[in-house]
Amino acid sequence: MAMVSRFAFFLLWISVLSSTTHSELVISRIDRRVDLSSHIVRALFSMKVENVGSKVVSEVLLAFPNMQAKNLAAIKTLYNEGRGKVKASSVSLPTAVVEPEGMPPELTFYSVSLPKGLEKGGTVSLDVLAVFAHSLQPFPEEITQADGQLVVYQDSAYYLSPYTVKVQTLGIRLPGGRVESYTKFPNAKLVDSEITYGPFENLPAFSYSPVIVHFENNYPFAVAHELVREIEISHWGNVQITEHYNLVHGGAKTKGGFSRLDYQARSSVRGASSFSHLIFRLPPRAHSIYYRDEIGNISTSHFWGDSRKTQLEIEPRFPIFGGWKTSFTIGYGLPLQDFLFKVDGKRMLNITFGSPMDEVIVDNLIVKVVLPEGSNGISASVPFPTKQGEEIKYSHLDIVGRPVLVLEKSNVVPEHNLYFQVYYHFNNLSLLGEPMMLISGFFLLFVACIVYMHTDMSISKSSASYLAKIQLEEVQATVQQIQNIINQCLAVHDKLDASLRDLSRTGDVQSCKIARKTADAQLKELVKELKPLVTFLHHSPQASHIWPKVEELVAKEKDMQEKMFLRHSTVVDCFEKKLGGREIENRVASQQQKLAALRQEVDDLLEFLDEI
Amino acid sequence: MGAKAENGPKPPPPLSSPPPFKALVKLKTKQQELLIRSAALALIYVLAFAIRLFSVLRYESMIHEFDPYFNYRTTLFLTRNGFYEFWNWFDSESWYPLGRIIGGTLYPGLMVTAALIYRALRFLTFAVHIREVCVLTAPFFASNTTLVAYFFGKEIWDAGAGLVAAALIAICPGYISRSVAGSYDNEGVAIFALLFTFYLFVKAVNTGSLAWSLASAFGYFYMVSAWGGYVFIINLIPLYVLVLLVTGRYSMRLYVAYNCMYVLGMMLAMQIRFVGFQHVQSGEHMAAMGVFFLMQVFYFLYWVKDMLNDTKLFQSFLQITLTCAIGVGTLALGIGMASGYISPWTGRFYSLLDPTYAKDHIPIIASVSEHQPTAWSSFMFDFHILLILFPAGLYFCFKRLSDATIFIVMYGLTSMYFASVMVRLILVAAPAVCLISAIAISATIKNLTTLIRKKSKAALTVSSKATSNLKASAKALLDQSLPFQRNGAIAVLVGAFYLLSRYAIHCTWVTSEAYSSPSIVLAARGAHGGRVIFDDYREAYYWLRQNTPPDAKVMSWWDYGYQITAMGNRTVIVDNNTWNNTHIATVGRAMSSYEHEAYEIMQSLDVDYVLVVFGGLTGYSSDDINKFLWMVRIGGGVFPVIKEPDYLVNGEYRVDKGAAPKMLNCLMYKLSYYRFGEVTTEYGKPTGYDRARGVEIGNKDIKLEYLEEAFTTSNWIIRIYKVKPPKNRW
Repeated sequence: MAMVSRFAFFLLWISVLSSTTHSELVISRIDRRVDLSSHIVRALFSMKVENVGSKVVSEVLLAFPNMQAKNLAAIKTLYNEGRGKVKASSVSLPTAVVEPEGMPPELTFYSVSLPKGLEKGGTVSLDVLAVFAHSLQPFPEEITQADGQLVVYQDSAYYLSPYTVKVQTLGIRLPGGRVESYTKFPNAKLVDSEITYGPFENLPAFSYSPVIVHFENNYPFAVAHELVREIEISHWGNVQITEHYNLVHGGAKTKGGFSRLDYQARSSVRGASSFSHLIFRLPPRAHSIYYRDEIGNISTSHFWGDSRKTQLEIEPRFPIFGGWKTSFTIGYGLPLQDFLFKVDGKRMLNITFGSPMDEVIVDNLIVKVVLPEGSNGISASVPFPTKQGEEIKYSHLDIVGRPVLVLEKSNVVPEHNLYFQVYYHFNNLSLLGEPMMLISGFFLLFVACIVYMHTDMSISKSSASYLAKIQLEEVQATVQQIQNIINQCLAVHDKLDASLRDLSRTGDVQSCKIARKTADAQLKELVKELKPLVTFLHHSPQASHIWPKVEELVAKEKDMQEKMFLRHSTVVDCFEKKLGGREIENRVASQQQKLAALRQEVDDLLEFLDEI
Repeated sequence: MGAKAENGPKPPPPLSSPPPFKALVKLKTKQQELLIRSAALALIYVLAFAIRLFSVLRYESMIHEFDPYFNYRTTLFLTRNGFYEFWNWFDSESWYPLGRIIGGTLYPGLMVTAALIYRALRFLTFAVHIREVCVLTAPFFASNTTLVAYFFGKEIWDAGAGLVAAALIAICPGYISRSVAGSYDNEGVAIFALLFTFYLFVKAVNTGSLAWSLASAFGYFYMVSAWGGYVFIINLIPLYVLVLLVTGRYSMRLYVAYNCMYVLGMMLAMQIRFVGFQHVQSGEHMAAMGVFFLMQVFYFLYWVKDMLNDTKLFQSFLQITLTCAIGVGTLALGIGMASGYISPWTGRFYSLLDPTYAKDHIPIIASVSEHQPTAWSSFMFDFHILLILFPAGLYFCFKRLSDATIFIVMYGLTSMYFASVMVRLILVAAPAVCLISAIAISATIKNLTTLIRKKSKAALTVSSKATSNLKASAKALLDQSLPFQRNGAIAVLVGAFYLLSRYAIHCTWVTSEAYSSPSIVLAARGAHGGRVIFDDYREAYYWLRQNTPPDAKVMSWWDYGYQITAMGNRTVIVDNNTWNNTHIATVGRAMSSYEHEAYEIMQSLDVDYVLVVFGGLTGYSSDDINKFLWMVRIGGGVFPVIKEPDYLVNGEYRVDKGAAPKMLNCLMYKLSYYRFGEVTTEYGKPTGYDRARGVEIGNKDIKLEYLEEAFTTSNWIIRIYKVKPPKNRW
């Protein structure tokens, strides 16, 4: 391989340099364990550093070849306080890139700042976790559907360090499939899919010896070229998260066709390198989950949830083979109170940064925190360096737009799934702005309707049709008034009837007379009211067609009044003369009959007028 | 009705009288009416929208079928790039290598409408996606159609009939089939535009007002911009005018309404590029022009008649003028036709007048299932009781003949004819059928209720006075002309309500079961009664979109062209526009040739991928094998090397062992059944058993030489093959 020759050149450099190291530190023991079971390479270095010089040392340098360093996604150093195996008291130490003088440019150095200076003769135990993305090269680079995916991993058998290393071992854990080849060393052995090198003793600084492992790894090589996470906060009680994935299978490219038959019949063999499921571990109490892409909803997803976690398993539309791409969007809502807190009068959003998807490498992650309209004083605290920016987003009913905090980071691995905080000021009163807008909008609409109904919009107030319309409306109103009055008259008649019935029951002539008097007065009043209306109707040209009916109605009613009073007086007379019940009935029978007929006619007329 | 007729002339009674609610007593009757009427209308408006959301509930908010995908794609383009770019859009992604001038070959009404709604919502600070707007455009316009139906009904009969018409059309399956949420097609807005134009025109004829006539011209303009069906308007209105002239109903109102509408409408329609000068150049539009000139002659004659005051002189003048006018007209038409200035009728138009025409001459029109003649069952399915009420409504219309009712009768009869010629035109007939049925329902119910109410009032009075006199009640009973009139009326009323409720139930059922499927996503019942979804179309299109080169050309039968460009975002050879028959025939020829011949055709067309639809595994019957004979026919129509009998055995179309050898080895067969012979589809059946056609396939050992399988969806419904590059010569 081409790389090997470069390494050789590299070693030359190092041999030149090794004499010039002026370090006072010595690594007394280092155990390196490299985990290759997924497509993210995790290397854990447990080292014991000893100060053999005279000065107090406050930092330890870690060296990585540039080739590895460019894939280094995350590095974390833990410092064990307690001697022995008590890991609980480990403290994370700041680790940063440095460029010390006189060091070869092919190496990238990270400096670990020790919590307190290391005295002469003192030792310190450090655990360094380095996570590498894109460090497994598929070889061959193109495979068919039926082939397993072979990848190559390169490292050095010796720990590349600016310090002398006394004792060291290297263990490489493989996923457990076929191992095509690995660099043989006298003390290298392969046991149960784990290759161990070493121990090697007393190697000078910058010792390097390349190791190449070629093995089968069918782990889903899910790589998101770009992931945009949008975290939208609504102070009504919801945090809405929308994640747009642009996913690609980062392993060996597929050549030749894709046979569904082979895939369906023996998918574990004929399609081993593909993946068709992705697991998302969402925060607890996630709700309203959706999964879609540009052309619609994707119905193949499963979802489990309990009080501690929510798990979402999605299937892309098609199985993803090497080099195939897909893109999709998932979204979910989270309860606000789990993530938003008040700190010193400021609001603090505390939420995870990375993707909730299992073992995914995100080449370029953009996190957008959309704060409610009217937020200000925005600041963020992220546990690792990111590029920050701001923009404005317009959503429903926004006038000035919502401030959006944009955080960008490349090469993101699950180790970056840490909480970060966004602080901002927000006045609760702003919450009411949008509902008020809606309310006032509807209010104005109704007001406009009312105004429209009550104003006269016609342009020419003197045109014939307009006047006719006005008159017609007046006539209709008058007819309605007349109807009302007639109805009142009828009610009075009924009262009179009732008084007669009372009379026949109690024989109280006096009260009956009083009733008659009041009825008389009421009817007179009503007739007086009726008069102007009837005259108006009589003279209105628009009413010509209903006038006869109204006239008839009024006349009939008048007739009825007379008949009513006549009957009333007859009955009262009879009572005063103390005539028998049958006698009275006989006397009023004809009147009764006429009254009923009249009443019927009046009712018919009223109904007819109703229909106009 | 009878009661009213006695009472001489008076303004048409405004709708069914409202029940005397105690709370409403204080309002004037007019206001009560208005309140109840507008409340009912508002409910109908909401109902029309809501019933069309079944598709969103059953499936999702997505665009349906084929053409809507093109409309969606163009709308997307319009909102992104603006109207100017849209108008000048040359689309190189379809009809490769010819391309298509989109701006000049489409009716932009729908897209512009959706884009305007989108802009308006955005302006009102509603951050909606354009897809949501597109999905809901059709239901929104269906709701508006109910309003128009109300006003139309009010114009031709009375407000009661208008309300009933609005309610009927809100849930009429014939209309719903084309206007469910997601059915983003021209018809969605066009039916609204059609009815609106008709309403405005009838209003113009009734009032003789220039304003209404102008409005109807603009309505016509909107219709022209939205749908090719505007030809129906431009032929029906002249026909109507002609009928009025013949029946002696010529009036100044008609003159104003028609002339203004025609002249202005024609001018406006010319602004649509796809229509252009057809109004003066194409045979289909000549009737309108002829009637326009006829109107002028009529007007002239009336004027002369006024001036002359001499019947005899006028008679002779009439003869001379008429002969001259007809002579000049025929001569002009003849010269126009002969010189080619006036184009003859198009095939589509012919096939409407003669249902057998397309079958013999234009296979590409006949191949579309929605262009088939309508079966009785689908009439029943789409109209239900309206089909029975329609003649009854016609009876009522004839009983009260007026300019407006003549219009609705003509609209009803002509559209009913067209509906029986072509399935999809049921849509055009739906509003007319609803309106005419509404007249029947409204008039009947009104008569019945008058009967019942009169008698009930009498009964009421009788009972209240029962104590006082028996003779009076006896007299009241004598008024009744028939012994069981009231009971009979109640029975008929109950029957009518039963029928109407059956109609409502039927409509809801049809909408939810039959018309809400997007046809992109197929749903079936699984073995355990669960719902199984076949989302293969989108699986394949999305695969194309993600995993083929951006400039890949995909060859498929034209049905899937729009979907591939919209969802797969890839260039296609032919699509649903079907403007170039030769190009489609070339694809048909490639599909029906042997593989090596097809390879040459595909090479000449730069094809990278071939997509076929195959239903043999799932039993999905509208797949390419079942459409294959049309490909042969269309291909053979242009390239005589393809002969239909080669693919048939004794006139029978088979895919099993007894199939014709050419059939078993043509490209379509090979691509559909490639490696299908190894699959067991059904228990107890041999391998390679085709479930869509229920036979064991005839050629199980298919080898592909020039193509390779690139992708097959999980249920095998879509199979995509990659065309291999040419072999090196050395």
